[in-house]
Amino acid sequence: MTNSTTRRFADSLREQALEPFSGVAARIAHVATAETRHERKLCKNLEDAIRASGLKDGMTISFHHGFREGDKTINMVVAKLAEMGFRDLTLAPSSLLSCNTPLIEHIRAGVIRRIYTSGMRGKLAEAISHGLMDEPVHIHSHGGRVHLMDRGELQVDVAFLGVSTADAFGNANAVSGLSRCGSLGYAMVDAARAKTVVLLAETLVPYPNAPASIRQDQVDLVVQVDQIGDPTKISVGAVRMTSNPRELLISRFAADVIEHSGYFEDGFSLQTGSGASATAVTRFLETRMVKKGIKAGFALGGITGSIVDLHQKGLIAKLYDTQSFDAQAAESLRVNPGHYEISTNTYANPTSKGAFSDWVNVVILSALEIDLDFNVNVITGSDGVMRGASGGHSDVAAGANLPIVVAPLIRSRIPMVVEHVTTVVTPGETIGVLVTDHGIAVNPNRPDLAARLKEAGLPVFAIEELYQRSLALTGTPQPIKFLDKLVGVIRYRDGSVVDVVRQVPE
Amino acid sequence: MKIVREALAGTLESSDLMVRIAPRDAGLEIVLQSEVIHQFGAQIEAVARETLEKLGIDAAQVIIEDKGALDCVIRARLQTVVRRAADEWTADWSVLA
Repeated sequence: MTNSTTRRFADSLREQALEPFSGVAARIAHVATAETRHERKLCKNLEDAIRASGLKDGMTISFHHGFREGDKTINMVVAKLAEMGFRDLTLAPSSLLSCNTPLIEHIRAGVIRRIYTSGMRGKLAEAISHGLMDEPVHIHSHGGRVHLMDRGELQVDVAFLGVSTADAFGNANAVSGLSRCGSLGYAMVDAARAKTVVLLAETLVPYPNAPASIRQDQVDLVVQVDQIGDPTKISVGAVRMTSNPRELLISRFAADVIEHSGYFEDGFSLQTGSGASATAVTRFLETRMVKKGIKAGFALGGITGSIVDLHQKGLIAKLYDTQSFDAQAAESLRVNPGHYEISTNTYANPTSKGAFSDWVNVVILSALEIDLDFNVNVITGSDGVMRGASGGHSDVAAGANLPIVVAPLIRSRIPMVVEHVTTVVTPGETIGVLVTDHGIAVNPNRPDLAARLKEAGLPVFAIEELYQRSLALTGTPQPIKFLDKLVGVIRYRDGSVVDVVRQVPE
Repeated sequence: MKIVREALAGTLESSDLMVRIAPRDAGLEIVLQSEVIHQFGAQIEAVARETLEKLGIDAAQVIIEDKGALDCVIRARLQTVVRRAADEWTADWSVLA
């Protein structure tokens, strides 16, 4: 079709900002050849990808933490950005862990100016708690992170997403290839929302790669890298099956609570965390489910190998997985048709059009501290230093019918039940039951539940009684000192500020 | 009762403590390291001093490496280390509870 502009166009159309056709590739250059069509996203190396992404000083970059302590992507990319001279960036990974210690030097050098994260641990968390950053870190829940993006506060300019396999067009997953973290639940959110999406693929596979957790129509650039993460470190710190009698006692109590809670009926749904007690609860539940002929409709999470076991035994019909907590869960996601990958938007965003967290019956949650109003702290230690993560804690506590907090009454000498938690992450009104090795406390706003558990003969106390008991064992701790400077802002899942964290003295 | 030799008691396991004791000419010197020093440092030192006083020890260097032990554990480890380091055991068990 040539030389037809005058006949096949009318000048009056220009007033409507319409332009005449001028060749198939005139406005969409990449359609010109098969090579540009198929390989236009491929970059030679990370540096090329960063240049092509259009990243500028002051912009916001994001990552997923599916490899947890084994992640290699965040440190690698930020080191490259530092080398290339970028400054004043906002770092917005889904979370940070002890493995991110190398970020300290990049914060000090001004490469990173602000941080949004679900949590942090180790030396990085200690440095930030001691005032490393000028601006406080924003701590959000997994669901709350998506909410902050959707309401425009957290706008990701460039997402750098590590995937174990991708094709040249950006169809990617983490259930095939070498370093597999399983679900890409966190990354799916960034892929759908970031202005520019860069995939760091460990293995490039022929087109089309399937399944496509991240789809070609979400991806701008693809670059092959050596290793995105070490999957053997995903479950570091999360013991598979405990033999610690205290943890087993807590788990048995928790299973008793579930059994007699009124929610233990056919088709119930559950979420357990990755902690030792939570994992063991699954085992104790199994015998009770078999005995009573009860099957669960679905499990949500945070999927562990022990949940996969119940699924494969037919005791849990479906698994909805936003993060695979171990290699067994990652493999199950690949092979089991009833094991589904979901984004954290579908998992727990309170303002998504539908979050699974609203449909959970029973959830097992952990705690660093819980207070007499049942408020839960999962972020700061008793010394005031940040060493944890908000995660899905407040999300699922708000949605579930029966949120159960499991924790030992004292950890070494530190009381877990306190008068006021150091930092509120999850409001006490959403917590149903506290299960400790010294007994069970039911939130006074659930008298029906307390009555059922007492009737079943469980050791139910007022939370004040558990508090007094722990003080008798440990003595009264001296209050910790804080400076005025803000080092953390705890955002509730709706974006509001539920607490702040202040700097601790040297 | 007098401290006449160096001795050691306890472990570095969580909820335990390691106590070292050594002779000293006069006075008690207590060096305390603890994982919970901010919350319980003063109480640990008070328990240590009280236990040594009850044992009649007024001259020793005591180095405590605490891993979050409860008071009863601190007392037990101190009694043991003193017994190992003392010339003779003259303490009155009935006042040690």
